[in-house]
Amino acid sequence: MATVATHQTGGHAHDPNELDYLAAKGFKSWALTLDHKRIGIMYLVAVLMSFALGGVLALLVRLELFTTGHTIMSAAQYNKVFTMHGVVMVFLFIIPSIPAAMGNIFLPIMLGTKDVAFPKLNLASFYIYCFGACFGLYALLHGGVDTGWTFYTPYSSKFSETPVIPMIFAAFVMGFSSILTGVNFIATVHKMRAPGLNWRRLPLFVWSMYATSIIQVLATPVLAITLFLLIFERAFGLGIFDPSMGGDPVLFQHFFWFYSHPAVYIMIVPGMGVVSELICTFSRRAPFGYMFIAMSSLGLALLGFLVWGHHLFVAGMSEYATMVFSGLTFLVGIPSGVKVFNWVTTLYKGSISLESPMLYGLGFIFLFTIGGLTGLFLAMLAVDVHLHDTYFVVAHFHYVMVGGTVIAFIGGLHYWWPKFTGKMYNERMAQVAFGLVFVGFNVTFLTQFVLGSRGMPRRYYDYLPEFQSLHQVSTMGSWLLGAGFLVMLVMFIQSLTSGKKAPRNPWGSAALEWQTPTPIPFHNFLEQPVITRGPYDYHLATEEELAHD
Amino acid sequence: MFLQPLIDAVEPVSSTVQMPAAMSEGAESIDWLFYGIYWFSVVFIVGITGAMLYFVWKYRRRPGVSAAPTKDHTGLELFWTILPLGMCVVMFHVSYKTYITNAIAAENSMEIRVRGQRWSWSFQYPNGESEPTQLWLPIGKPIRLIMSSSDVLHSFYVPAFRLKKDTVPGMYSQIAFTPNKLGDAQIYCAEYCGAGAAEGSGGHYSMLGQVKIVTAEEFEKHMKEISKMPDGMTPDKWGQELYVKNNCATCHSVDGSAGTGPTFKGVYGRKETLTTGQQVEVDDNYIRESILRPQAKIVKGFETGNMPPFVFTDEKIEALIAYLKTVK
Repeated sequence: MATVATHQTGGHAHDPNELDYLAAKGFKSWALTLDHKRIGIMYLVAVLMSFALGGVLALLVRLELFTTGHTIMSAAQYNKVFTMHGVVMVFLFIIPSIPAAMGNIFLPIMLGTKDVAFPKLNLASFYIYCFGACFGLYALLHGGVDTGWTFYTPYSSKFSETPVIPMIFAAFVMGFSSILTGVNFIATVHKMRAPGLNWRRLPLFVWSMYATSIIQVLATPVLAITLFLLIFERAFGLGIFDPSMGGDPVLFQHFFWFYSHPAVYIMIVPGMGVVSELICTFSRRAPFGYMFIAMSSLGLALLGFLVWGHHLFVAGMSEYATMVFSGLTFLVGIPSGVKVFNWVTTLYKGSISLESPMLYGLGFIFLFTIGGLTGLFLAMLAVDVHLHDTYFVVAHFHYVMVGGTVIAFIGGLHYWWPKFTGKMYNERMAQVAFGLVFVGFNVTFLTQFVLGSRGMPRRYYDYLPEFQSLHQVSTMGSWLLGAGFLVMLVMFIQSLTSGKKAPRNPWGSAALEWQTPTPIPFHNFLEQPVITRGPYDYHLATEEELAHD
Repeated sequence: MFLQPLIDAVEPVSSTVQMPAAMSEGAESIDWLFYGIYWFSVVFIVGITGAMLYFVWKYRRRPGVSAAPTKDHTGLELFWTILPLGMCVVMFHVSYKTYITNAIAAENSMEIRVRGQRWSWSFQYPNGESEPTQLWLPIGKPIRLIMSSSDVLHSFYVPAFRLKKDTVPGMYSQIAFTPNKLGDAQIYCAEYCGAGAAEGSGGHYSMLGQVKIVTAEEFEKHMKEISKMPDGMTPDKWGQELYVKNNCATCHSVDGSAGTGPTFKGVYGRKETLTTGQQVEVDDNYIRESILRPQAKIVKGFETGNMPPFVFTDEKIEALIAYLKTVK
């Protein structure tokens, strides 16, 4: 890394388009680009728009639950709104969020290479995502789907009167986009690393992308097959999930969760990768237990395939099957715990500064720990039978998905923003937004743990009066959360329109992506970097490398 | 939680901050596990967050002070891999043992059939009598519920027993427990099952019911009551009561408005065209058949209704016929 050209050296002049990947203008320069950074930006815009849509739907759900009975919508509308919230957030936002947006922009740079292994495939995966999203929007504009994002049969196959097939087809198509990104990243990590960048010097973000890609490639085809069967079931009465034709509705749940549980790790493992970067950069210290953090990502990827049955603890599986899945589910706690312990120990004897990305990094550790520990409640069979399908589960997975992945995604966005936009943002506003998001999130979802353990089932349009005060607190929390995201939106727009020019390395990081100039050159580096140390070896980095400019 | 033994069997049964009242033997063992893991988690979170905040403060960035280079420590890594593994083994063992102990039905259990249908529950007692919405149980008697669904997935959930199980079309599922407190317990549906298109026509959220835990004498008395017409009532009035109690109104209106099934307004004696094209007159025998075997002769235009069969005694069917004659 010592030989990275950080300043323009030598006498030969560069084409301006070579010096800034954002320099080329015009629709075609974006629509037909093969540059991984531009594809990443297009993904980022798409997932942020999806996040806004899903967020508005979430606020509507919370608003409806502010009072018992009818508040702003009917039961049938409520069912559609919470289903669309889930579908949009899972398939359009959170699965592509970190891998397809940030992974695309930074994975090749972190590897010291010009692009991903298959740039055309990369662009194709973006268009496949858009194609799938169009079907989702079609279903949304035709009133939305009311099956829940899990599409359980026989409700989805025989009973629902909403446009289920376009919605399932959307998820089916977007799966291919996910598979192609995964294939691309695996090939890139294996074959495109810069000279000297061995596996022990890979950034932890790259390790997490690698683990995620393996899951995407292995698990997503199962979802495709399942959704394909469901389309046939609904359109032609295939009967594979229909008991009156010798099928089994519970089989659908096995198929569905065989993908969708690993998908949970497609969502959270990238978040862990981002947080590893944040913790190291802002404590100026190499991670404690680097190999353990890296291997725990792979461990989670593997274990993720073995625990789908815990979604079926009360669905009518045999007592012995539940025993096996309960035991395996506990094992997930081990690599998750290893990560948390290593992050906290990394802080020990560090040189810690609390800029906004680090606030998200530390927030992640707190929220993810709560999300992980409440997972233990649900792994315990006897306790799960009471908590299954209640608000406790809703709170648990929001702590992992929002408190974990979304917080990491937003933290990563703050962290890498100066590098890929070339602009700084208002740090004070960023901290205010963090405060609102952090407090709002906890108010919204801590209350839901209590709602759930007291017996409030999920997906209820109306509820008994005894639950009203907790629901109201939760709804007010959602307003704080929404306000936080609004402040953040204003802050980022302000940064784009009038932000200060970002220096090369505003955080003083030793990692490779901060060594290349800002704005990022079209080919990522002006000269081929040769890696001589790890990305976190602050004691080996030169002062010039750690300097802001 | 600590007060629980002192207020045993005093009504109303008290709840704790995070858990509703426990009304079965198994429920108390689950509360013990829940609060055990809860306090374990609290200690863990306070420890992790405390260490994190302490390090952030203690090692805050200062000019001239740089971070110490990281030295890996395999012993520490093994420590925090193996210790949690051991804890997980213990938690798994205790929770599975509790689960399986609660799942096994006692030899002398009373078997009751539970049927879920959109959006109500019905219960059939060992004597063949059935009733909707309310499940009466004698205190102290081991109970085994054998459950099924007539349409989509549902989940029979009673927080006071800490029990739930999905009801699946084409399959029987079961739960076992022994109620040990007198009083009412709430029944919910915990597996999403949709909602009617019209406002107020019901849905997943309204698929509720009550467990009524009573003494053995009261239970016997209730069993006698539900099988016969209450004293001083006429058959058409009893039929109207059955219409309300069995949630017939979810699909069949009495004011002529459209629903999932044909309206009951003027139904008796009406000429209907079936899906087969055949014409029938709605008479006593047609009504009887439509209650016991709803799919036998479906009125054209109501193919998707999917009404489940209702197991009623002759007396109840006759009362319903008497009531339908009065709906004009």
